[in-house]
Amino acid sequence: MAEVEDTLKRIQGYNGVIGSIVVNAEGIPIRTTLDNSTTVQYVGLLHQLTMKARSTIRDIDPQNDLTFLRIRSKKHEIMVAPDKEFLMIVIQSPTE
Amino acid sequence: MEIVYVYTKKRSEFGRQCNFSDRPAELHVDILPDPSLAANFTVRDPCNVTMQCAEEMSEHEVNTERFESESRGINHVEGGWPKDLNPEDMEATIRYRKKVEKDEHYQNTIMQIAGLMEHCSKQNNATDIYQDFFDDEVEEEVVEESEEEPSAKTINVFRDPNEVKRTATSLSWHPDGNHKLAVAYSSLEFQKAPNDMSFDSYIWDIENHNKPEMTLKPVCPLVCLEYNPKDSHILVGGSYNGQIAYWDTRKGSQPVEMSTIEHSHRDPVYKVIWLQSKTGMDIFSASTDGQVLWWDIRKLSEPTERLVLDPSKKWNLDNALGAISLEFETTMPTKFMVGTEQGLVVSCNRKAKTPAEKIVCTYSGHHGPIYALQRNPFFPKNFLTVADWTARIWSEDIKESSIMWTKYHMAHLLDGCWSPVRPSVFFTVKMDGTLDVWDILFKQNDPTLSLKVCDEALYSIRVQDNGRYLGCGSQLGTTTLLEISSGLCTLQKNEKALVSEMFERETKREKILESRHREMRLKERSRSEQSREDEAKDADGEESTEELVARAETEFFHMLEAEKTKERNEEKERDMEKGVCEEKDFQEEHETNGVVASFTRGEISL
Repeated sequence: MAEVEDTLKRIQGYNGVIGSIVVNAEGIPIRTTLDNSTTVQYVGLLHQLTMKARSTIRDIDPQNDLTFLRIRSKKHEIMVAPDKEFLMIVIQSPTE
Repeated sequence: MEIVYVYTKKRSEFGRQCNFSDRPAELHVDILPDPSLAANFTVRDPCNVTMQCAEEMSEHEVNTERFESESRGINHVEGGWPKDLNPEDMEATIRYRKKVEKDEHYQNTIMQIAGLMEHCSKQNNATDIYQDFFDDEVEEEVVEESEEEPSAKTINVFRDPNEVKRTATSLSWHPDGNHKLAVAYSSLEFQKAPNDMSFDSYIWDIENHNKPEMTLKPVCPLVCLEYNPKDSHILVGGSYNGQIAYWDTRKGSQPVEMSTIEHSHRDPVYKVIWLQSKTGMDIFSASTDGQVLWWDIRKLSEPTERLVLDPSKKWNLDNALGAISLEFETTMPTKFMVGTEQGLVVSCNRKAKTPAEKIVCTYSGHHGPIYALQRNPFFPKNFLTVADWTARIWSEDIKESSIMWTKYHMAHLLDGCWSPVRPSVFFTVKMDGTLDVWDILFKQNDPTLSLKVCDEALYSIRVQDNGRYLGCGSQLGTTTLLEISSGLCTLQKNEKALVSEMFERETKREKILESRHREMRLKERSRSEQSREDEAKDADGEESTEELVARAETEFFHMLEAEKTKERNEEKERDMEKGVCEEKDFQEEHETNGVVASFTRGEISL
């Protein structure tokens, strides 16, 4: 329990990390450092995207599976670590 | 004819079962053919039968189902809470969350994915992926122009529409847009112009080579023609009889005004140039009668100013040099240059106080009339002259000789001009119909591109302001429009600097040579004053070449004689010893060797 806390705190403390979210399969944000509306928005959109990405990978090769999803944009990078039940989302901006 | 067959059956026999029996065929009716009916018909010969051998096809229509699409937005609302939980209830949600967090499975999963996440996060921090790499490296686009071979291709050819062909002596591009080309036609051969030769000159639209856009009808054939750079409707022409005329294209083909014969030139006007003035109506003209006259277009009855090209500065018309070309640069409005028939370039100052001071200096070096004279548009101190068999580049400061020159060609060069976009490129045309493009940065001994435009002599050439198109006029009145490759009309890197360096270098060389010559001449003079005696023995290296040659000759012959006598003596000796034939061969060999040796010895002593 404490390790989880530490880990999450550590991730949040990294250089350039704007926010982090942990969601369960039903879409309930378990842990979030952003405000509710932003969290809900991120969760809703990224969940769908992750599903799509995963199905793409599995379509091409059924033995394959999605391990990590990184979306780089002009302003920052959104990293999504999917799992069967949970989803961790971290938003990091580049170090100038 | 009715054919009737009647069959009877008893009423009582109706309904009775059929009994079939065999019996032979009976002929009931026999209709014979009636030949008379054939008269109603004719034999059709040939019979036309249409047939089609094609696949049988059928037509089907298909319409896809309409796909209806709609734009929708998503409203994200928190969800997924279990049924019994009220999302608004803060406590309940917190409690639920805490419960999830305590779950072992949750903790393991989180640890796992957190590891991945950390790795990526650290990666991001390690390098800035948004950094601009390769900023300082200059983008080296493949400079295709420099690799491309210089070339020129003919775009259009305008022929003289008249039967009797005249020479296209002068071309002028329209000042805005460059879509029109004014060409002056005349026959420069003295008294060879046939009686029915037309006097007209034309303005061509470069798109249409069939018919000139406009005809200019002077009283006498025009030798030169120029558009007014400020007003593109006005053209001025110098004619064969010495008069100046000007046209306004809006007003028709006849000249608006012509200069009076008494005050005009006495010889054909070879060049007319527009001056840079406030009114934009001033021109000056040059002719082989030795005069340069200034005119105001609006008042062509009398020239505004006059200059006689008398090198002795006495304004004596009989001594005057005939002018064939003029040069005027708008950046230096008081100076101008005149190229003469005698091969001299005269530089003049218009604003001189006394008439005698008008002629500033002369440049000599050509053997024949200077057909073209133009300053380099980028380096006005250097100018190009085209005359006799060479083209020369001069620097204003060096009056004794040109700083650069081409080799002597096989045919006369008749016209030339600088490229308006590249300081190192100039064009010349020759009597054998070739157009030469020279790039002095690339090659100095030969033209970079030599193109045979036509079989007859090319008399004039003019480059358009963008440097890409040029027109050249030939002896039979054919004006050819050429496009040169982009390599020859785009400014290369460092070109200006390199060309200016080259000019400076050559100028310096000429200056040094000039000063050395002056020194030598001074020495000569002083020496000849001191002693007129035996200077020949003084091996100063100052001896004239003829003396040197004479000395060398006498020495050589002396040595030859000496050798010959020696050989003959030796021969006599050897004859006595051995056989004659062998010796003769040996002697000849020895003699030739000996002769060669004495020759070389003679050379070294020189």
